Amino acid sequence: MTCEELLQLINEMVDGELDLSVAECRQFAEHLAQCNPCQVVVDNIRKTIQLYRAGEPFPLPQPLQKRLVEALRHRWQERFGPVARARGNNP
Amino acid sequence: MDEQALRSLPTAQPAASEDDLEPLLARARTGDFDAFQQIVLRLQPRIFTFARRLTGNDADAEDVTQQTFLALLEHLDQYRGEAPLISWLLRIAANEVHRLWRQRRRQIEPEHSDDDDSAAPLARPEFIAPWRDDPQQLVLQQESRMLIEQALAELPEKYRIVFVLRDIEGFSTEQTAEILGISVPNVKVRLLRARLMLRERLTHYFGDPQRRVVPDHDHG
Repeated sequence: MTCEELLQLINEMVDGELDLSVAECRQFAEHLAQCNPCQVVVDNIRKTIQLYRAGEPFPLPQPLQKRLVEALRHRWQERFGPVARARGNNP
Repeated sequence: MDEQALRSLPTAQPAASEDDLEPLLARARTGDFDAFQQIVLRLQPRIFTFARRLTGNDADAEDVTQQTFLALLEHLDQYRGEAPLISWLLRIAANEVHRLWRQRRRQIEPEHSDDDDSAAPLARPEFIAPWRDDPQQLVLQQESRMLIEQALAELPEKYRIVFVLRDIEGFSTEQTAEILGISVPNVKVRLLRARLMLRERLTHYFGDPQRRVVPDHDHG
């Protein structure tokens, strides 16, 4: 197996979905064991995915919150009639 | 949105604050706007973040967020709870982003986003080095967070949306293909390209140059 061929299978490997024959699995493992660049690339990709999964939400701009509620309230009134007066648990 | 689309439910997983919304939904269906507002309050951080990552700016993300919750309002009676509400809304948001991109593209150049990507060769990894820090440490640093989001924003749209749906939001390959209206093999190849492009970019930022690995053979 070449580095290029291993690269084509990285998705399946990273996602734990490697569906190969026994011979292909052995070739994959053998290549990875002896090719440090491929090991580092695989590790980099795993960390790339972890990085984005661990990402923080974007802060919601305050004006958006207000505009969003107003737009929804307006549409709600058009569709369902007047909105009851706001109660204490409103955002 | 047709009935079929509403019933076809992906299964991205809700966070704790996004779960157990059925009591609020039941109240909203009886005309309780306060309950509807509370649902919006709980789900909008994830929807806005999803849209912000894809569009790269607050104004478009705001527009997508608003359209998504307006769609929820319009179809409140049709959501039956077969899958988490957040995954249903993410699907709507993805469609909104796609619509926005198509609209912009039509103004600039002919549509080409659904081209098959499998024919073009993969970019070779150029800068190969172990990272200096773990992902958990990197996301705590303000400067790193900016670089991480910048790298994503610089990906071509068609790769960015596949990466965000698959790797960040947790939709399956099949669900991603269905949402985007492209083939499963095309999702796979776009995801691979997205991962490789992001790896290259982020390794330039976070890789340890002292430990750079230079292949002694023709490396893929």
